[in-house]
Amino acid sequence: MKKTGIYGALSAVGLAAGLAGSAAAQEDTFKIGIITFLSGQAAESFGVPALNGGKLLIDMMNKGDALPAPYNTKGFGGMNIEYVVVDEAGGATKQVQEFRNLVQREEVDAVLGYVSSGDCLAVPPVADELKAFTILYDCGTPRVFEDGKFEYVFRTAAHATMDNISLARYLKSRNFDVPTYAGLNQDYAFGQDSWADFTASMTQIYPDAVIKTALFPKFGAGQYGTEISALLREKPALVHSSNWGGDLQGFLIQATARGLDKRSQLVLSAGDHVIPQLQDKMPDGIFLGARGVNGLAAYARGGELKELTDTMWDAYEAEYGVFPVQAPFRMWQALFGLKTAVEKAMADNGGKKPNDEELVAAMKGLEWDAPSGHIEMALADGHQAIQPNAIGTTKWNADAGKMELVDVEYYAARCVNPPEGTKAADWIAQGFPGAECD
Amino acid sequence: MDLFATIVVDGLIYAGWLFIVSVGLTLVFGVLNILNIAHGSLYAIGAYASASLVGAYFAAGGDAFPYGSYAALILAAVLVAVVLGPLLERGLLKYFYGRDEVLNVLVTYAVFLILEDVMKLIWGVNPYFVYEPYTLLGDVEIGPLFYVGYDFAVIAAAIIVGLAVWLTLNRTQIGKVVLAVIHDAEMSQTMGVNVQRIYLGAFTAGAFLAALGGALTAPMISVTPGLGANVIIVAFAVVIIGGLGSVPGAAIGALMVGISRAASVHLLPEAELFIVYFVMAIVLVFRPEGLFAKTKARKI
Repeated sequence: MKKTGIYGALSAVGLAAGLAGSAAAQEDTFKIGIITFLSGQAAESFGVPALNGGKLLIDMMNKGDALPAPYNTKGFGGMNIEYVVVDEAGGATKQVQEFRNLVQREEVDAVLGYVSSGDCLAVPPVADELKAFTILYDCGTPRVFEDGKFEYVFRTAAHATMDNISLARYLKSRNFDVPTYAGLNQDYAFGQDSWADFTASMTQIYPDAVIKTALFPKFGAGQYGTEISALLREKPALVHSSNWGGDLQGFLIQATARGLDKRSQLVLSAGDHVIPQLQDKMPDGIFLGARGVNGLAAYARGGELKELTDTMWDAYEAEYGVFPVQAPFRMWQALFGLKTAVEKAMADNGGKKPNDEELVAAMKGLEWDAPSGHIEMALADGHQAIQPNAIGTTKWNADAGKMELVDVEYYAARCVNPPEGTKAADWIAQGFPGAECD
Repeated sequence: MDLFATIVVDGLIYAGWLFIVSVGLTLVFGVLNILNIAHGSLYAIGAYASASLVGAYFAAGGDAFPYGSYAALILAAVLVAVVLGPLLERGLLKYFYGRDEVLNVLVTYAVFLILEDVMKLIWGVNPYFVYEPYTLLGDVEIGPLFYVGYDFAVIAAAIIVGLAVWLTLNRTQIGKVVLAVIHDAEMSQTMGVNVQRIYLGAFTAGAFLAALGGALTAPMISVTPGLGANVIIVAFAVVIIGGLGSVPGAAIGALMVGISRAASVHLLPEAELFIVYFVMAIVLVFRPEGLFAKTKARKI
């Protein structure tokens, strides 16, 4: 009995010490649950580049002196950043369960994730139920905050509406004549929404332009021969596509082989991420968006964010042997935003590790700088970001052996995003009232 | 070039590809009575293998004779069939012969899922490209439209494959043995036919045709994970229209799907997906066993 008592006392002391140590360790670290596609079609285009960019930036933040000011402090407010990674593949039901696991078992301090709009619509109600601070870093559907209201959920990237408004504005600013146009978009929510936004914007900016055909091949179709014949026959002045990943690569390979890019102007709202794979097989003269001032558009921008952009660009190229496209940029703007929010919350609470409610208070309406520009949580009562956008034209530099973006036009955030309280579709239909363009 | 001719050409190009993809599926069902969902994976592995082999060919100085890349495409399909055909048939499927058909579907579905991950382990998630063979054959100008010569080469390949399979089954000694096994495996065995060997040969041939479909498709797409899932669905529609186990049925099914899909894209794009399954439904209403499958009395 005595022996047992001594062991019991020692165990209790050890347990208490362990718990204290564990608690101290928890106070010294900030744990993020990162969810993105590690498998499936979106992995290569978005998930893996974003995760690579995220891991790189977290390592740089943890070093403390690898980034320019104001990000040249260690971790988040001195706390070391840790992360666990979850594959987003598997559908919304699985992701809701994974979200619960991250919050309740892994006890992460923040969840940062979701490329799929379906996941972005499914997770927020659970985040509010669990009172878990959550950042949606990538998905594009405006419906998250236009159809819902969430306290603990924030989206640090602009929704996808600005992609297609910017394309229409770009055509106008280049004095491009558009008597007719056509579309080829993937037959799912993003493709359908992108085409709807583009046609609505064209109705405002080019009211006389006529739609020749709207094609929606199934997601992952691979074969576009018939669609390309239809586009060649219709001879539209331009062809719009929001395709991404393998679908976009396949379409471009087949379309250029049949000369579609010579007959019609190709405009791609989200296509920058296929450049590293296609290289010189990507045709010259495409009007190209990257869902923000991301990738080549950010690299070409210069200005006061040049040092931050170049630092991340060079580090990413050195680490992965390829330049960063849009996905890592969106991950970076989420992590820079999270760092800013955590440190603001710590400044407000006397330097302690912030809880979920303190993070929510700090994140609401926050503004910060990222390689993709100045980000403002300006919509949905401070929960939805707006950001600048850019469209450029592809041009292969044979001497340098790399693709460049020329004739880049940059659009202020309030030029291509709706104001607070207005749904994106309504704003376009009303003719962009209050748009603040230079 | 009028609209009708465009629809026919587009339909034939799509049907040619579709037939190559589908004929192996119907052959395996005809002989082994297995609805092989892993056919989609074999297609995808064929695409990956050809991308790797053609890439290696050009890296080894193949630019001097780029047409050799076509041999590399076919060699890739042969390699996939020789390795995976016997491995799957001898290593797994033979243990399920005579069992419930649904169980066999589940087994091949499990193989499909396993192979999807195997592909990621071997080739990762980044895309592979081999577009050189796609542009080597130049353009074909038909009216105001340009087509890629490679598309017509795929039609030619489909015709060669169809004839080869049909002639082998109907005009050769081994073909007659295979038909005997299809008709009654037990009786064939009592007559001295090595049924296990026929099963092995038929499955390996089916694997080759799946891999060949992938290998011929690789130059016109980016080879990425998930390739097989999309193909197997439309291939099922083709063989169900034509009748499971019928090679001419697969050809007619591919033509019906190809032409109707092309007509839909040109005339009613909103119905592109619907039209394939609408055609299938119409056929099944009047011929529940498909167009060319013979109605059989069920053995009890």
